[in-house]
Amino acid sequence: MNPDQPILQVKNLAKYFPIRKGIILQRTSGYVHAVDDISFDMRRGETLGLVGESGCGKSTAGRTIIQLYRPTSGNVIFEGTDLTGVSGSALRQTRRKIQMIFQDPYASLDPRMTVGQIIAEPMLIHHTHQGEQAKRRVQELLDMVGLATNYANRYPHEFSGGQRQRIGIARALALDPSLIICDEPISALDVSIQAQVVNLLEDLQRRMNLTYLFIAHDLSMVRHISNRVAVMYLGHIVELAARDELYENPLHPYTQALLSAVPIPDPKVRGKRQRIILEGDVPSPIHPPSGCPFRTRCRLAKDICAQVRPENREIRPEHYAACHLV
Amino acid sequence: MEQSLNYQPGLPEPAAAKTSGIKRYLTLLLRSRTATFGFIVIVALLLIAVFQSQFATHDPTAQSIRVRLTPPAWMEGGDPQYLLGTDQLGRDIFSRLIYGIRISLLVGVAGVAISCLIGSTLGLIAGYFGGWVDTVIMRLVDVFLAFPFLLLAITFSVTLGSSLRNIIIVLGITGWASYARLVRGQTLSIREQEYIQASFTIGSNDFHNIVRHILPNLVTPIIIYSSLEIGVYIIAEASLTFLGMGVPPSIATWGNMLATGRDYLSNAWWLATFPGIAIVITVLAFNFVGDWLRDVLDPKTTYDI
Repeated sequence: MNPDQPILQVKNLAKYFPIRKGIILQRTSGYVHAVDDISFDMRRGETLGLVGESGCGKSTAGRTIIQLYRPTSGNVIFEGTDLTGVSGSALRQTRRKIQMIFQDPYASLDPRMTVGQIIAEPMLIHHTHQGEQAKRRVQELLDMVGLATNYANRYPHEFSGGQRQRIGIARALALDPSLIICDEPISALDVSIQAQVVNLLEDLQRRMNLTYLFIAHDLSMVRHISNRVAVMYLGHIVELAARDELYENPLHPYTQALLSAVPIPDPKVRGKRQRIILEGDVPSPIHPPSGCPFRTRCRLAKDICAQVRPENREIRPEHYAACHLV
Repeated sequence: MEQSLNYQPGLPEPAAAKTSGIKRYLTLLLRSRTATFGFIVIVALLLIAVFQSQFATHDPTAQSIRVRLTPPAWMEGGDPQYLLGTDQLGRDIFSRLIYGIRISLLVGVAGVAISCLIGSTLGLIAGYFGGWVDTVIMRLVDVFLAFPFLLLAITFSVTLGSSLRNIIIVLGITGWASYARLVRGQTLSIREQEYIQASFTIGSNDFHNIVRHILPNLVTPIIIYSSLEIGVYIIAEASLTFLGMGVPPSIATWGNMLATGRDYLSNAWWLATFPGIAIVITVLAFNFVGDWLRDVLDPKTTYDI
């Protein structure tokens, strides 16, 4: 496979959830525009951070990419195969190489299965390892994520949040994936544990040449782990750039406001910074604003913003933003 | 078990993980007094039911008008030959109780099994797949639950005719609705858990999810509910028989005895009291064991053995 070819191409992906009313005769009274026309590429071995505030659709984007939700429109092309076109066992085969790490380490492990059974499950489903072989592989994976190999006979409730998240990571690694979608993998953990899990993820990435789509709302953590960062607002990607470029030169007014909210430890520097405080609430994704999704809260909004939806343009090399005013 | 959270690699596994199998369950059983009681009662009932002719002192259907309404042996006018006295036709109450065990247990266990099978399957399908399947099944459940149980059971048993097999079927098909409702609710909450989504991402299909993740998590509520239902079914059989819609009067059952005993409550209390006590003890025993099973089957309850 051509190493320069993107491992994942997301093209005009959209996911609308219908709102149903009525008990027996259900009719659709509207749609929640959770993800609306997002496009981006991912390169092999990189970490793409996907940030945005709660409810902006970043988790839905991740779940739509892995086809937990079937997209309303658009394409997800993974290693040359369009996942939106396949289903059933063909889909299960294709997405073996895409795995997911979940936000809640308590809800994402079946309480009635032992750790060994949880980690071995993907191998048994795909018949990659069996019997003794699977047992050895489980121990290898436990070792890889920094857990004792004799934990295999324990149940998930015997572990702490950080340990459970490691179990979830081991399960995601069981099929030798090339892309892992990390859906806020650290936001449910103690701050002291977050760094450990992030270091583990980085370590595994180096060893196994993994590609991460890292979904988070913690801007400093995303800055730490990502090569490139995409900013989402109300189902749209409003800005996408290399990490340092984005954090130092944010172009979109929303990104600027978001970054100005990151705490700065040094009071002297903090004093100099201009804090942009956004007014109002995020508009309802059921009735998104016309034109630019951010115009209702943008301090720079002009007439054109309400009329024309801004396209993502390459404003500087490899730096895309969707705004009429930059 | 708090210290196990910080368990260090290299140290031996705690003993709890080592003792497993029958010995572990036996130890846990003996630790709970109520469960031990329930277990002993159930085993004893089963043994007596199997060897009923060895335990019974008389033929349960042999009538003898001469000794009718003899009080229990320890009372004035009692006859040591009839331990718990005799009924209005002079049949030995003790022997009839013994012969009634088989019927009661059979009706309880088989009725619950049928209800559980129908109800759990439909509830699981409704909860897991949702949509119009869910709507159809749950409206049917509503219809069944809206009918008074006895009315429904009477309707069925009148249509099917009264026999032991029919009463089991009647109880099975009238009782499934509450199972369906219970299982659907549980399924709904389980299927929204992240581990079900995680299971999809590792490549499982609906069937695998149901068998490997939903069913094992349904076992606890089903067992608890069943242990309560067995008691309800034994009583239901008694009520139906009491109303003359159950097992034919020629067969000795606890329900039958209770029903006829009612007419003699004022002058011969032993007719209804002993089958009543038998029902209470049996129902209690099943509840105790069900209660204990719930704890034992939950991996979150930890025991030091």
